[in-house]
Amino acid sequence: MTDLLLSQVKVGGESQFGTDEYVVNLGPQHPATHGVLRLIVKLDGETVKETVPVLGYLHRSIEKICENRTYPQCITYTDRIDYVSAMSVNYAFALATEKLMNIEAPARAQWLRMIFIELQRLASHLLWMGAFAGDIGALTPFLYGLRERERILDLFEMTCGQRLTYNYIRIGGVMIDILPDFVSKCIAFLDYFEPKIDEYEDLLTYNPIFLERTKGVGVISPEMGINAGVCGPSLRGSGIACDVRKQQPYLYYDQVKFAECIETAGDCWSRYKVRMREMRESVSIIRQSLERLEPGPIEAKMPPVLKAPLNSEIYSRIESSRGEMGVYLVGDGTAKPWKAKFRCASFSNLYVLDQLTKGWKVADIMAVLGSLDMIVPEVDR
Amino acid sequence: MFTGENIIQIVSGFLHWAYAQVGISALAGAIDPVISAIVMFGFISVFVMFLVWMERKVSAHMQSRIGPNRVGPFGLLQTVADAIKLTTKEDVKPVNRDKIPYFIAPIVAFVATFMGMVVIPFDKGMVVQDLNVGILYIIAITGFTVIAILTAGWSSNNKFALLGGFRSAAQIISYEVPLVLSVVPIIMITGTLSLSGIVEYQQQAGYWFIFPQIVAFIIFITSATAEANRAPFDIPEAESELIGGFHTEYSGVKFAMFFLGEYIAVVVSSAVAVTLFLGGWLPVAFLGFLHLPGFIWFLIKLVSVIYLVMAFRWTFPRLRVDQLMDFGWKVLIPLSILNILITASVWLLLYGKGAQ
Repeated sequence: MTDLLLSQVKVGGESQFGTDEYVVNLGPQHPATHGVLRLIVKLDGETVKETVPVLGYLHRSIEKICENRTYPQCITYTDRIDYVSAMSVNYAFALATEKLMNIEAPARAQWLRMIFIELQRLASHLLWMGAFAGDIGALTPFLYGLRERERILDLFEMTCGQRLTYNYIRIGGVMIDILPDFVSKCIAFLDYFEPKIDEYEDLLTYNPIFLERTKGVGVISPEMGINAGVCGPSLRGSGIACDVRKQQPYLYYDQVKFAECIETAGDCWSRYKVRMREMRESVSIIRQSLERLEPGPIEAKMPPVLKAPLNSEIYSRIESSRGEMGVYLVGDGTAKPWKAKFRCASFSNLYVLDQLTKGWKVADIMAVLGSLDMIVPEVDR
Repeated sequence: MFTGENIIQIVSGFLHWAYAQVGISALAGAIDPVISAIVMFGFISVFVMFLVWMERKVSAHMQSRIGPNRVGPFGLLQTVADAIKLTTKEDVKPVNRDKIPYFIAPIVAFVATFMGMVVIPFDKGMVVQDLNVGILYIIAITGFTVIAILTAGWSSNNKFALLGGFRSAAQIISYEVPLVLSVVPIIMITGTLSLSGIVEYQQQAGYWFIFPQIVAFIIFITSATAEANRAPFDIPEAESELIGGFHTEYSGVKFAMFFLGEYIAVVVSSAVAVTLFLGGWLPVAFLGFLHLPGFIWFLIKLVSVIYLVMAFRWTFPRLRVDQLMDFGWKVLIPLSILNILITASVWLLLYGKGAQ
């Protein structure tokens, strides 16, 4: 005991007792890390000196599993990569496979995919809004968000029977056509939902405490964002146009009118504003898509066994709810991909966490982590 | 018509008759306060259970949920079920705890806040002990909670608990200052520290202090919320940052005591707010025709103020620790000092030097 005490006394130094870093493990089980992310945080009092994310607690080796499954079977695994936005990942894989095998999905299937992906974006942003508000201490928006998300999940359940992992968007089309009353129910939902966005904004956007906690906190400068590979709404909050739907349109995004939401400040509040505005844009995209929906086939004509050409490779990307979702596939002439690689937005966005939190307080880690909209299974895969 | 005073007279008459039967009339002065303290303890336990139920219902209403509705009518017995569950579950203790402080901390947290209830007048004469330094006593005794929280944070040997304890110490000490300063104008006006005396002054003056002292009321409620560690000032137990804060390592009965202590702190501070600013047991002017007894008025006002505090919790996000300190020292304290100065000058102008 005395040895321990003596070792901390600086002989001849300015202070008699030395101070030490306070190392705290946030996670893997912690209420604010949205799953099993572990952060090793070094603190000086309340001030953060270093944040080191430790990954791998949710690693399920999905990329390796895909090498041993046929292309249609892989779709099921893509659901589990980002279970909050499963439709987008379904489509990301389907798109890559279609490009690899030169399959063109019919128009109705494309419009349906757009509707479901945008509904999924709404559901994902709603959950994000609730979790973000919860991270900085407001518990009520979480339940508001889930209340509306529930109605979106009802629409999904009505169509494909699932509420979380849909496996709905398939290679060459979609699993099943929508029910006759889907369109009217969807429009009813959108009419109900649009005023609700104003309600969330009333509750949060200009709340003085919310502004205090998010304005100027965790600023991603444009250079830092690009260098670190930040993407999606998190980068658009820093004033950079990076929406894949605009830059490299897929599906029929070039045929609908919508604005790319960009804010310039780069702080948590800007990222919040970007996502809130995106919800409104998504609603408008869904409305336009529902109008353009025409009867027709929902699946392309395909061979019974899907085989990629020998030595073919493809990298295709889409804008998922969290940012750029890229899929890299290598075909070897068999029915199974030789290599499947997913480029996930959560993983690259997490990279800036240490830079953003250095010198800030413990509570800001939660605000920044929340504003980056990170999903642990997407980080670990 | 029953008033608080009548009830007290009847009960004490009965008690003194009972003492005479047993032959301990000489000890009446010693036994009376004990009995009233026990009654108060029973009341506060039931009232807190009601408040927990109310909080869950209020939050459920604000979040468009239903809330507890399974146990008893309207789920009223839910908290009883929770209390039974908490008292019968295993008391999990960390191995490397500091044994004695770990054991004492929840008791101090509970007792310190409960002691504040002793001087609250529910009606004219309906008070456990009408101290002539009532306000001073309440402020002093509720300040003890910081010791309990710091001890709990230190002795549980948990990093999150320690962080929570430190935050709490800083917070409670900072907010004690505006809390006291916001009360000063009222003491200056009334010239008494006794809570009953302040209510009687409001009765004679014919107005409640919330009208001339609205600023003081706002400062008081804000600081009291901060002192009770409730959102938006709940940084010592910030769930999303520090898990449970200082009570991370507590379970079972010990956790229940912290929980109870937090609610009693809310009750005490709201009760003081009602007494100082909302006329205590006095009836609401335009509802005077109802002829309700004073303690019913008091309870109605008390529950309304507590509802306000609950509504804060379920609406606002949480402040960061440095912002919380800034708000306390840079906004609330200057504002309350300014309030004292203005009150004093106005009083001097209106009533001259010998004003009382």
